[in-house]
Amino acid sequence: MAHDHESAQAGARTILVDMVVAVLIFALGALVAYDSYRLGSGWASDGPQAGYFPFYISMLICISSTAVFVQGLLRLGSDKKVFVTREQLKQVMVILLPSTAYVVGVQLIGIYVPSAVFIGLFMRIAGKYSWLRSAAVGLAVSVSAFVLFEIWFKIPLPKGPLERLLGY
Amino acid sequence: MEELNALLHGFSIALTPANLGLMFVGIVLGVIIGVLPGLGGANGVAILLPLTFTMSPTSAIIMLSCIYWGALFGGAITSILFNIPGEPWSVATTFDGYPMAQQGRAGEALTGAFTSSFIGALVAVLMFTFLAPLIASFALQFGPPEFFSVYLLTFCSFVGTGKGNPFKIIASMMLGFAMAAVGIDIVTGQLRLTFGFTELLSGFHFLVAVIGLFGIGEIMLSMEEGLSFSGHSAKINPKIVLETWKKLPRYWATSIRSCIIGCWMGIIPGGATPASFMSYGVARKMSRDGDKFGTGQLEGVVAPETAAHAAGTSALLPMITLGIPGSPTAAVLLGGLLIWGLQPGPLLFVEQKDFVWGLIASMYLGNIAGLIVVLTMVPLFAAILRVPFPIIAPVIVVICAIGAFTVKNNMLDVWFMMMFGVVGYIFKKLDYPLAPMVLALVLGDAAESSFRQSMLISQGGLTVFWSNWLVGSLTTLALALLFWPLISALLARLRPPGAGGAAA
Repeated sequence: MAHDHESAQAGARTILVDMVVAVLIFALGALVAYDSYRLGSGWASDGPQAGYFPFYISMLICISSTAVFVQGLLRLGSDKKVFVTREQLKQVMVILLPSTAYVVGVQLIGIYVPSAVFIGLFMRIAGKYSWLRSAAVGLAVSVSAFVLFEIWFKIPLPKGPLERLLGY
Repeated sequence: MEELNALLHGFSIALTPANLGLMFVGIVLGVIIGVLPGLGGANGVAILLPLTFTMSPTSAIIMLSCIYWGALFGGAITSILFNIPGEPWSVATTFDGYPMAQQGRAGEALTGAFTSSFIGALVAVLMFTFLAPLIASFALQFGPPEFFSVYLLTFCSFVGTGKGNPFKIIASMMLGFAMAAVGIDIVTGQLRLTFGFTELLSGFHFLVAVIGLFGIGEIMLSMEEGLSFSGHSAKINPKIVLETWKKLPRYWATSIRSCIIGCWMGIIPGGATPASFMSYGVARKMSRDGDKFGTGQLEGVVAPETAAHAAGTSALLPMITLGIPGSPTAAVLLGGLLIWGLQPGPLLFVEQKDFVWGLIASMYLGNIAGLIVVLTMVPLFAAILRVPFPIIAPVIVVICAIGAFTVKNNMLDVWFMMMFGVVGYIFKKLDYPLAPMVLALVLGDAAESSFRQSMLISQGGLTVFWSNWLVGSLTTLALALLFWPLISALLARLRPPGAGGAAA
């Protein structure tokens, strides 16, 4: 979720987002460089140390992100493209926020109940379907996932209180 | 001759009723994946991978590769009927395919697309059959420096053949390498880049990255465009098919060119997407009706589809023979092989003959099955496309979450998937290519260990990469590709002003 805050600036220019992302990538590169240095990025008696390869990688990350940043600086005046409009951002949030809530739900009470609720509510609220159809689709997906994974393929997915009640 | 015998043996493996059944299931699933937004070849195969763990490796790879063929076929349906490319490699198909559908020639366009996909794949499989054993036996002599130079070539060719900003390609790739390094270092046993979080001990799994980057990221992009489907209906009957087939031989030259472009772009990891664009561009330049391209020319559908399918198929060649995938989907298949305990690479041809030849035979059969399935079931797939987005979107998120969880039965992976989804969305919008990141994440450990072993051999000297003609030419070629953007810019500047644009 490290990149959330930039997309929150609705109407931000692409070039600015580009430069912010370049800074973030540089920071990641610096972090990798730091840890590689800590592990040892040179030679030990038995050959290259653990940080040897990642250190070069981190250098390349820093160099390339700096280049992207500088390219951004050069085009700062001329490039007026908008990264995401307010309307587009709203649309993206319409799926991103419920999805995040859904993952929280999966974490807490297993995957089957949140899946049905998520699909049902999304259809009802974002798609304006009737409660009946929304509930039917949500339940159908959840139940078929249950049959497919728990019963046929015996692949356990996260389960919660309801599944325990049913004996799984 | 040895190849033919081995191939016949492969057919005997692939032609069991169970495997044929899996083939059809795989194709149908693949087309559905190809048709739905947010589910593509790479993450579709990634999500379905855990379902195949209980099968024998041969059956599993047959089904998974058929999903891949299906996805390649499926992309054409959405491009032609809805003007929405279901897959990046079918973007070029929309240029002439959608105008044809608007003129009521959807059936013709679809038949042309499917048939030329099939031809492209067939040529690539033929090449695969005879070239793969050769490359494999050649690669048996490879040492660490040779392998590293092949990896280097793989990654440099992204820079050399990529259309985008070379620095963004490198940044994306190196982030992939950095993520691959997270976790326990296989040589020293030290913890790298975990910063004290025990959850990061086993690192980032690339399947989770694929599902997030391509699945969740794609859904977010599609939402942004506020997709409203308004598609053309398609009728395909035997008459249209036969009439189209009568027209197709006229475009033999385009087909051959597209096959060559596709095979080449697939082997070097350019992938199907640039191959389809390049092939469309070349066809427009070379064709007599070049200026009519974009108005609904059958030839404009034939060119990109042939190349995309040829590239998609030949992307498996370096994956099987060298253990180096040519595309994200090939990378996912490679991940599958590793999970089944098969080490892709030259030894596969020696130790796992049944598997390799079963796979190659299934490539022939799978594409024939694919052609039959798509020609007969287009209306059904078009109906799936009409399922409104408010239903599709949450269902795909749920499917992605299940897929991410089943990779390692780990809840944290579902969170990583969401994180990769946001990264994928932002990167897509900023033109950071995602394929290099995925390939680096997959190949990171192998590339690193071959680099370290090479360094051990030479005691730290880089000259080991020029120690014999083979490794030397590979390394030099790689560097030439890496600096290609720079070289071509210089060449353009050296050329006398005025002559530049027209000559190119």
